[in-house]
Amino acid sequence: MSLALIVMLPFLGAVLPALMIRAGRNACAIATGSVTLLAFALLLTHVPAVLRGEVIQAGWTWLPGLGLNVNFFLDGLGLLFAGLILGIGLLIIAYARFYLAKEDPMGTFYTFLLLFQGAMVGIVLSDNILLLLIFWELTSLSSFLLIGYWRHLPEGRQGARMALAVTGAGGLAMIAGMLMLGGIVGSYDLTVILRERELIQASPLYLPALVLILVGCFAKSAQFPFHFWLPHAMAAPTPVSAYLHSATMVKAGIFLMARMWPVLAGTEAWFYLVATTGLVTMVLGAGIALFKDDLKGLLAFSTVSHLGLVTLLLGFGTPMAAVVAVFHIINHASFKAALFMCAGIVDHEAGTRDVRRLGGLAALMPITATLVTVGAASMAGVPLLNGFLSKEMMLEEAVHTTWAGQGWIVPLAVTAGAAFSVAYSFRYIVHVFFGRRRDDYPRTPHDPPAGMWLPPAVLIVPVVAIGLFPETFAGDLVRASAAAVTGGVLPEFQLALWHGFTVALALSVIALAGGFALLARYRAVRRLWQAGPHPEAKAMFEAVLAATVAASRRVMHGLHNGSLGRYLAVTLVAALALGLAAFQAGGHEAGLRDSLPAPAAAVVAWLLLVGACGLAVVLHRQRVLALLAAGVVGLIVSVGFVYLSAPDLALTQISVEVATVILILLALYFLPKESPRESGRGRKLRDAALAVGAGLGMGGLAWAAMTRDAATLSGYYLDNAVSGGGGTNVVNVILVDFRGFDTFGEIIVLGVAALAIYALLDGAVRGAVGRKLAAWTPDEPHSADRHPMIMVVATRVMLPLALMVGAYIFLRGHNQPGGGFIAGLVVAIALIMQYMASGFGWAAQRMRVDYHAMIGAGVLIAAATGIAAMVMGYPFLTSAFDHFHLPLIGEFELASALAFDVGVFLTVVGAVMLALANLSRLGRKTGVAPVNEAPMDVDPLARRQAAARPAASGASARHDQPAPAPTAAREG
Amino acid sequence: MEFLVASAIAVMTAAGVYLLLRLRTFPVVLGLGLLTYAVNVFLFATGRLVVHAPAVIGAAGGTYADPLPQALVLTAIVISFGMTAVIVVMALRAWFECGSDQIDLHEGGDAPLRERE
Repeated sequence: MSLALIVMLPFLGAVLPALMIRAGRNACAIATGSVTLLAFALLLTHVPAVLRGEVIQAGWTWLPGLGLNVNFFLDGLGLLFAGLILGIGLLIIAYARFYLAKEDPMGTFYTFLLLFQGAMVGIVLSDNILLLLIFWELTSLSSFLLIGYWRHLPEGRQGARMALAVTGAGGLAMIAGMLMLGGIVGSYDLTVILRERELIQASPLYLPALVLILVGCFAKSAQFPFHFWLPHAMAAPTPVSAYLHSATMVKAGIFLMARMWPVLAGTEAWFYLVATTGLVTMVLGAGIALFKDDLKGLLAFSTVSHLGLVTLLLGFGTPMAAVVAVFHIINHASFKAALFMCAGIVDHEAGTRDVRRLGGLAALMPITATLVTVGAASMAGVPLLNGFLSKEMMLEEAVHTTWAGQGWIVPLAVTAGAAFSVAYSFRYIVHVFFGRRRDDYPRTPHDPPAGMWLPPAVLIVPVVAIGLFPETFAGDLVRASAAAVTGGVLPEFQLALWHGFTVALALSVIALAGGFALLARYRAVRRLWQAGPHPEAKAMFEAVLAATVAASRRVMHGLHNGSLGRYLAVTLVAALALGLAAFQAGGHEAGLRDSLPAPAAAVVAWLLLVGACGLAVVLHRQRVLALLAAGVVGLIVSVGFVYLSAPDLALTQISVEVATVILILLALYFLPKESPRESGRGRKLRDAALAVGAGLGMGGLAWAAMTRDAATLSGYYLDNAVSGGGGTNVVNVILVDFRGFDTFGEIIVLGVAALAIYALLDGAVRGAVGRKLAAWTPDEPHSADRHPMIMVVATRVMLPLALMVGAYIFLRGHNQPGGGFIAGLVVAIALIMQYMASGFGWAAQRMRVDYHAMIGAGVLIAAATGIAAMVMGYPFLTSAFDHFHLPLIGEFELASALAFDVGVFLTVVGAVMLALANLSRLGRKTGVAPVNEAPMDVDPLARRQAAARPAASGASARHDQPAPAPTAAREG
Repeated sequence: MEFLVASAIAVMTAAGVYLLLRLRTFPVVLGLGLLTYAVNVFLFATGRLVVHAPAVIGAAGGTYADPLPQALVLTAIVISFGMTAVIVVMALRAWFECGSDQIDLHEGGDAPLRERE
């Protein structure tokens, strides 16, 4: 379990820096450091077991159906990398505390850093490749945030974007490759996959999977031709470069190649792909590094080169080469992180990291100069330091490698690379710290506070210690992790300083001499370099990016030009084409199911429906008439539901119909009453063709379905409605019980829709729109009496009756047609009738219910019913019911589903009322004064007097009501 | 009977689609409403047509109408009311905001997003 904790700790701790920054920068750094320290300590507790060769596993199943398990395992390789990530992470946290300036948001920085750290530890400890991919993408995202940390610098933003584009694209390739790998083996667990070497290499998918995984690894580890993003990522703050771009993220690709080595390596394809890429990257990176004037650029290309070296070693595919690769990973991480931090120190203290503006710093910054000299000498491969050991072992392996039958290519190339490496390493030492002291440094250089130089110094200790006594300090770790890479088989070897006079030693000497020669003739060499071609990767990348963006924009604007009519037409044409294709692929024999006889009434209803549809189309420009025609269609549909044994649907349809017509009429009060004649003949013909096609398709499909028999699930519901759900109305039992979770979702959707309507309308009464609304005058004549007396009286008398009907429909719903939906609609319509008849002000004053709260209460009650079942130990929304006996009333039944239905009821009432009441409120915001203030306040005498008065001034003649002090205020 | 229902679905769909393709918000709303009827009836019809046999246990003899499509359509009716209400109010708000109820943007109305940099 503690393994999972090691991964989780940085993620959990990521909130700490953001909180602790209020307590000051030291507290923030200490909090961040303790998170990492704790994870590191947890890791150390496993060290003895792992060095004994044990593999520690932990985890749990997450989505077993997808093969996605949260499994972690710790072997030698995982231990090595997790140790590097957490150990160097600790040093970086200390270093960053002193590196970041006062105005840099430190809490944000540490939060990003911990997120990144967690993702990295997740990669190296994952025992499931799907989980690994998740962490892999997380490192891309968190490193994007870290590289772009100085968001005010355009280089930072562009570098971050480039890194994300390249590593993210590689990650996509890797996902495909990993899925293929999982498909070959039939499991996504690494420990299982790593045992299936023969199976994987014999599979025809081996080569595509290998190429895709390698693309991901090469992109992440900045291997040629994806190396160009790493130098641009150097716009990040130096702690980020030291952490991500020397020790951790760029090693993720290397890690994965090492992890997959037992099953992917050893084939010809692996050798030529991996070793060649590594070789090219190593030589190219070292060559470019020599001519970089920016210290971090120099180190970036040097990192590219050293990663190439490790890739080359892994590509050889021999166990001994794997041992050397692991050893070099350790050595490179120690000296390169230290050198990056020292570059940051120089930049911080001297004000520049441009080699051409530096020199002679040794006397001014003695500590830094010492650290750099040791670190860079190790990078160059000078004896007595750890870089020498692994480089010489690499040369030894290279000597025995033939490439395409040629034994000389690899040794020659690596020696050239090593010579470049010597040259740029000593350029870092000599051109920065030695030579003439200058008087034009941007700042006065001096050694930094101990907090800044101690972290690199801690890393220089192993550089020397391993360099002198390799077997003592690194032997066990190298053996444990190399054994994990090779899958257990290790050759006999001793890490030693002296191997005798070998060819490798000779090559080492040649490389040192060559490097010094290059540096001695630096000016001449540089002129030669500058004469050659220099493809600018950034410009090429930007050009490719711009072309891609332009192409996708062309496609997007072609399809998405702002014409809703076109989208609808395209969608319909596509749906028709799909339907036609499916129709032609299937059989066309007629269905054999017996048809029902059609009574005369049905034919009449059908004629009405067809006629109403026709009217709606023909009269659609006269909007009120078209709405009426559509209403007729809705009524006939509900009558049809009655006839065809669906009483619940009929009740719902008819009440929804009423609510919809009211709603649209309210909107039509403001909208134009007629549509202009706009479509030409061609457009009408096109639309008619589409319409006829869609109609034929739907009708034909319905016909085909209805004339065939089909199996249905409904037997289960019919059998279990009474015994399991306690109701005889199966439709209602399905809604509130069997499929209660769906209904729960749907009332939430309804509530959200009502809130959206509220937001849209509430915004319409404010600001510019509100002013437009206030100046609005109706385009139709108003009735003289806004509250017709007969309607007012009728609705008020009807209200108790309507509420009673609602209650009745609600209560009987479980056993007879009815239920929460229908009752809610009926009650809402009864209430909205009061608004219509007596005016918004009058009704709102009396309806002291907040409809928002009603929606919320409904959803909460429904949820509470479900949770109550969970409390009892049943799944969410399991219903319970029992029969009770009451004197006088007799036997009756109470089901928990009734409480759920109360929630449905409240939500429906709240949603419908919120929508309609707010729509009717709009009318009051217009500049049109009411015809009469209160309901039933028409005073014929006053009207006559007003009419007799000559042209009233001020108020318009239509609303000149000197009504006797109305009791109702205009708005409650 | 089956033919009547199928042809009614066809007519409602055709009328709905035609109105959906008009250029103003109001006919689009109406067209969507007609299309909703058609789709609901279609879904209902997949349970096959039965007369005098509502799915209320004990009401009729042994046969019942298929309750599952009915339950689905019931919620579909309520949800489509919510949807209609939202688009009606959107049409209204758009009319208030720009004084036009056209569904298509005018020429040049959608200037491409400017390059961010």
